[in-house]
Amino acid sequence: MALYTLVIFVLASLIFFVHAIKRESTTILREAPEMVVQRQLAGRHELIPIDYIEKIRSIRGVDKVEARLWGYYYDPVFGANFTVMVPETKQLAPGRIILGRGVARTQRISTGDMVTFRGATKASLLMTVQEVLDYQSELVTSDLVLVSRSDFQELFNLPQGHATDLAVTVANPDELATIAAKIADRLPDTRPILRSEILRTYESLFDWRGGMMTVILFSAILSFVIFAWDKASGLSADERREIGILKSIGWETSDVLLLKFWEGMAVSLTAFLLGTNLAYGHVFFFSAPLFEPALKGWSVLYPEFRLEPAIDFLQLAILFFLSVFPYTAATILPSWMAATVDPDAAMRT
Amino acid sequence: MIYHPAILSLLTASTIISMMVLFAGWKGLLILRCWDLKSGSELQLQMERSTYLVSTILAYILFFHLISLFLYIFTADDLHSMFVGAMCAAGSLNANRFGYPVLMLKIVTCICAGVWLIINHADSQGYDYPLIKPKYAFLLVLVPLIIGETSLQFLYFAGLKPQVITSCCGSLFSAGAGTLSSDLAALPRVPMEAALVAVLAITCLGGILFLKTGKGGYFFAAASTLLFFIAMAALVSFISIYVYELPTHHCPFCILHREYGYVGYPLYAALLGAGIAGMGAGALMPARQQASMANVVPGIQRKLVATSVALYLLFGLVTAYLIATSALKF
Repeated sequence: MALYTLVIFVLASLIFFVHAIKRESTTILREAPEMVVQRQLAGRHELIPIDYIEKIRSIRGVDKVEARLWGYYYDPVFGANFTVMVPETKQLAPGRIILGRGVARTQRISTGDMVTFRGATKASLLMTVQEVLDYQSELVTSDLVLVSRSDFQELFNLPQGHATDLAVTVANPDELATIAAKIADRLPDTRPILRSEILRTYESLFDWRGGMMTVILFSAILSFVIFAWDKASGLSADERREIGILKSIGWETSDVLLLKFWEGMAVSLTAFLLGTNLAYGHVFFFSAPLFEPALKGWSVLYPEFRLEPAIDFLQLAILFFLSVFPYTAATILPSWMAATVDPDAAMRT
Repeated sequence: MIYHPAILSLLTASTIISMMVLFAGWKGLLILRCWDLKSGSELQLQMERSTYLVSTILAYILFFHLISLFLYIFTADDLHSMFVGAMCAAGSLNANRFGYPVLMLKIVTCICAGVWLIINHADSQGYDYPLIKPKYAFLLVLVPLIIGETSLQFLYFAGLKPQVITSCCGSLFSAGAGTLSSDLAALPRVPMEAALVAVLAITCLGGILFLKTGKGGYFFAAASTLLFFIAMAALVSFISIYVYELPTHHCPFCILHREYGYVGYPLYAALLGAGIAGMGAGALMPARQQASMANVVPGIQRKLVATSVALYLLFGLVTAYLIATSALKF
C-alpha cells in the first residue's frame, strides 16, 4: 500500500509538473509576437538592416513591423548570462536600467543602486537601477536587463541602422503562413519564425522530457507490478482459511472474486487519492524539488517560481493507466486462483 | 514517434489488454473444443473454474477499454498543436492513415465487449451453462479485433511525424472533400433530422411494444442498431452545427471541449450505452429457446430494452435541448 502510494506519487508529480510547465510556457508565449523575422548569414542569426521594415510593411496584410533590440551579456564576476533588451513599451532614459529579480539577487542590488556593465569597447557603463521587476513574471524576467536604446548601442557597439530581429503583426492570423512565405520569397536571407512553431517546439520538448522520465520510471512500475503479483499470489494461511470458510458456508467463486475486486478497488483508490494529493502538494506548493533539475534544465540565474495548479481529466487518466491498471491486471489471476481453491483443502492447510 | 506520457500509457494499456484477451481467448478455445458438462474429468472442472477467470478478465477489459477510448480522443486532442493545420482531435487523427481506423476499432470492440458481458451475465443465470459455446465463439471474434486495434494504435503513434501538415476539422468535416467524414457532413440536414426523429420514435415504440407484450425483440434490436448509426451520423451532420452555432463546422470532437460545456460526453455515453443494451437484447433472443433460460432471459431483456430506450430518449432530449437553445436558426 505504501509502495503503491509512492509509485503513484512519483508518477503523478512528474505528469503534473510537465503539464503545468507546458501550460506556463504556452501562457507566456501567448504574448510573444505572431511572427519574428530574423536575418541569416551563413546559416547563423545576423543583425537585420532597419530598411527591411519598409519592405515587409509593403506586403499586403501586414499590420505592424517593429525592430527589436536584444542580446546576451555575460557577467564574468558571477558567471551568469543576462538577457539585455530594449523595452518596446516602456521608455527608459539613458543611464537607467530595469532588472529582473534573478539579476538583482545575484548582484545583490536593489532600486536606486548603481551598477556597472563592461561595454564592447572596453569602456564601462555606469547605470542606475530604476526598478526591479515583480515576482509574478519571474519565470520569464529572471535574467532580464532592460536598457535604453542608446545604452544598448553603446554596450554592444551595435552598428547603426540595424536591429536584432523584427516583430511582425498581421491583421488576419489566417494569413500568417502566406505572409511568412512571401517574406521568405522577397527577402531570401531572412527566416520568418511563427509563434505557433515556437509553441509546438516547446510542447514536444516538454512532452519528450516527460516521456523519457516515464520510460525510465517504467522499470519502477514493472517492479511494482511484479511485487503486486507476488503479494497477491502468496496468500497467507489466515487468508486461505478465511476463503475456505466463506466458501464452505455457501459463498460461490464469483462472490469471492467480487470480494477480491472490492478489496483491490479500496486499495487502488486509497493509494490513488493519497498519491495524487501528495504529488499535488509536491508540485504546486513546493515546486517539485525532486524533478526540477531533470525537467527544467539549469542555469546560474535560475528563476524561482511557483507553478499554477492545473490538472485535467487527461492527466488523471494517464496516471490511472500507468498505475491502477497494471496493478489490477496483475492481481486478477492470483485473485482467481485464491477464489477457486477447494474449501476443504483451504481449511485443512 | 512522440514520447508523450499519454501515448506511453495508451500503448501500455493496450498491450496489457491484448495479453489479457489472448489469454482469455486461449481458455475460450479450450472450452469450445473440450467442453462436456456431463463429464466429471479434471479438465472439465478446470474449465468450469476458468470461466470465472474469463468473465472477470472481460469485465475489466470493457471497463478499461471504455476509458481508453476517451483517453485516445483526449490524447489526439492534446497532440493537435504538434501538427501544422490541426486544430483538434480530428486533425491529429488524420495525421496518418491509422488514426481513424483505430478509433472505429475502439468503438467496435467496446460494443462487442459490452454485448459479450451481457451474454455472459445471462449465461451465469442458467444452471447448465446454456450459452457457453456461442459465448466463447464470440470471444474468439473479439480477440483479433483487440489485437488488430493494438497493432494499429502502435502504428498510428509510431507514424506520427509532427511536421506533417494535416487537415483541420473544418476542412475534414466540410461537405465536398470526398471522404467518409465529409460524406457524413454532407448529409442533408432536414432529411437527417427527420430520419433521426423517425427512427428514434420507431425504436421507442418497438421497445414499449416489447416491454408490454414480450414480442418483437429482433425488430427492436435492428431498430436500435440502425438508430445508433443514424445518431452517430446525425452528430456529424447536424447536431454539431447547432452546438457550434456555425453551419460549416461539423467536427464530432470539439463538442467534448469545455467551450461547449462538455456536452459531448453525455451524448456519446448515452449512445454507447443505448447501443450496447439494444444489441445485447437482440443477442439474447436465441437464448429464449433454451429450456434453462426461458424463465431468466425475458427479464434480462426487459431491463436491457428499458435501459436502451431510456438512454436513447436521453440522447434525444439533450439533442432537442441543444437545438432549441442554439443561436443558430434555419
